[in-house]
Amino acid sequence: MFEIIYNMLGQALPFEWARHIFMLNALLAVLIITPVFGILGTMIVNNRMAFFSDALGHSALTGIAIGVILGFRDPLWAMLLFSVLLAVTITLVKSLLNASTDTIIAVFSSTAVALGIVILSRGGGFNKYSRYLIGDILGIAPHELLMLAGVSLLVILFWGFLFNSLLLVSINSSLARSRGINIRLIEIIFCILTAVVVTSAIQWVGLLIINSLLVLPAAAARNITSNIRQYHLVSVAIALVMGVTGLVLSYYWGSAAGATIVLLTAAAFISTLLLRHLGRAFSGVKNEGAQTQALDEEILHSRNSSL
Amino acid sequence: MHQHHSADESIKATCGLCCTKVENFGVAYGKSVILDNVNLHIHCGELTALVGPNGAGKSTLLRAMLGEIPHTGELRFLDNSDARIRKPVIGYIPQRIEFDTGAPISVMDLFSASQTGIPVWFKHLRKLRERILYSLSRVQAEHLIDRRLGDLSGGELQRFLLALALEPIPDLLLLDEPIWGVDRPGKTNFYRIVSDLRHQFDLSIILVSHDLDMVLKHADRVVLLNKTVQCSGTPEEVFSNQKAVQAFGTVWLGK
Repeated sequence: MFEIIYNMLGQALPFEWARHIFMLNALLAVLIITPVFGILGTMIVNNRMAFFSDALGHSALTGIAIGVILGFRDPLWAMLLFSVLLAVTITLVKSLLNASTDTIIAVFSSTAVALGIVILSRGGGFNKYSRYLIGDILGIAPHELLMLAGVSLLVILFWGFLFNSLLLVSINSSLARSRGINIRLIEIIFCILTAVVVTSAIQWVGLLIINSLLVLPAAAARNITSNIRQYHLVSVAIALVMGVTGLVLSYYWGSAAGATIVLLTAAAFISTLLLRHLGRAFSGVKNEGAQTQALDEEILHSRNSSL
Repeated sequence: MHQHHSADESIKATCGLCCTKVENFGVAYGKSVILDNVNLHIHCGELTALVGPNGAGKSTLLRAMLGEIPHTGELRFLDNSDARIRKPVIGYIPQRIEFDTGAPISVMDLFSASQTGIPVWFKHLRKLRERILYSLSRVQAEHLIDRRLGDLSGGELQRFLLALALEPIPDLLLLDEPIWGVDRPGKTNFYRIVSDLRHQFDLSIILVSHDLDMVLKHADRVVLLNKTVQCSGTPEEVFSNQKAVQAFGTVWLGK
């Protein structure tokens, strides 16, 4: 099956980099995973969960350590289990205690990172795990591509069936509740989903930068969009275009692919930020600007009249 | 489309004598009692204003009626069209909605998210858009449909939430008025719309209010709440009551 895909890609892409199977695998990985990051990121950013997803990424270190202790060759399952556990714990503790979410996440995240480093660095052997920090998308194998595709399918299913509920919960929980939505359930599913996506991509992207890949496309899209549909389209487009461009550039530069992609996505964020503030090029931005101005005038007017 | 709606509404309007009873409501957090032995009797077509000092438990009562916080006592709704006691359909507007004002979510997005299962990132059906425009027209807010939520003024947001709470037309409408953020013209407009809707849809409305002028002008009944019902009756009766004078002072009551 993969032979056919390689042949097709090889013919469609008459470039030097596309002659290597590892580059084609990496390209497929980027094509599968970046749109999912673009989609998931929209609600991570809307719910101000960037710090949460960052903690999940960092906690992977403990997952790897647990995998090593248990003697797994591939620590993926240990990582998955641990990050899901952490996601659920944070969500529950958050709703039980009244402490600030930031503090709770920081406590869990730093504990997980420290524990992971302590276990993995025993006897001075941490270096062999440093590939998890930076990520190595060029080393991805076909069966791992299938796994990523499975995870993407999960996200798309969730987005198809429960997105509207998730949106209502993110706006106001009382409002969502008056519509008969099980708030706790939606929140927990979303957190678990985030944990699964982050963890399954971590060894290809690198745990230092995986969160940027999740947050930046959506953050960039927010600058220039005014409804959910545009938000998704632009976020996915930025993630995809920057993902593929970053991969190809990293081949010629000899740099780490994950970091190169993140750098380009950051550039996209800065560009859209500038676009919004210059208020041109995008017609949507023009309208929005005009509306805000009209609103200001309305407020000013009503203030004057009430004085 | 429109015919369909007016048929719906005329059925609703013939309903007559339904009533909602709050019986013996109590809410406590640990040892501190927020509400105790609250009894209310609300008829449809009536606007009941819930007033009381800060911390009197007004918002808590609404949220307990919604079933959002644990409480003792019972909420009963008697639908006169089939003379049966059942669970009421409740429309609710929270006092504040704290959302990220930078989020690219339009009025249309949030409205359709609460109306359909078709994910809003996928597609907006034209039929749905027409339906939402119609819903928004009830509160004179059709022009807001493509606005971003973060760009709405306080009054516009309140009207949008009202339109949302009216879809479907509820048996009981619970409105928690924001303390600030809505200017004077916005407030006048809101009370006028709520007042009209009450008659149009024969709604039972409970409105937590901080504006006694407006209460005097629009409410059918007033309930002074402070942990329990201190007094209730017509606005004139309640505002001349000694307890109300103590709670608000004579200046507030316009004497």
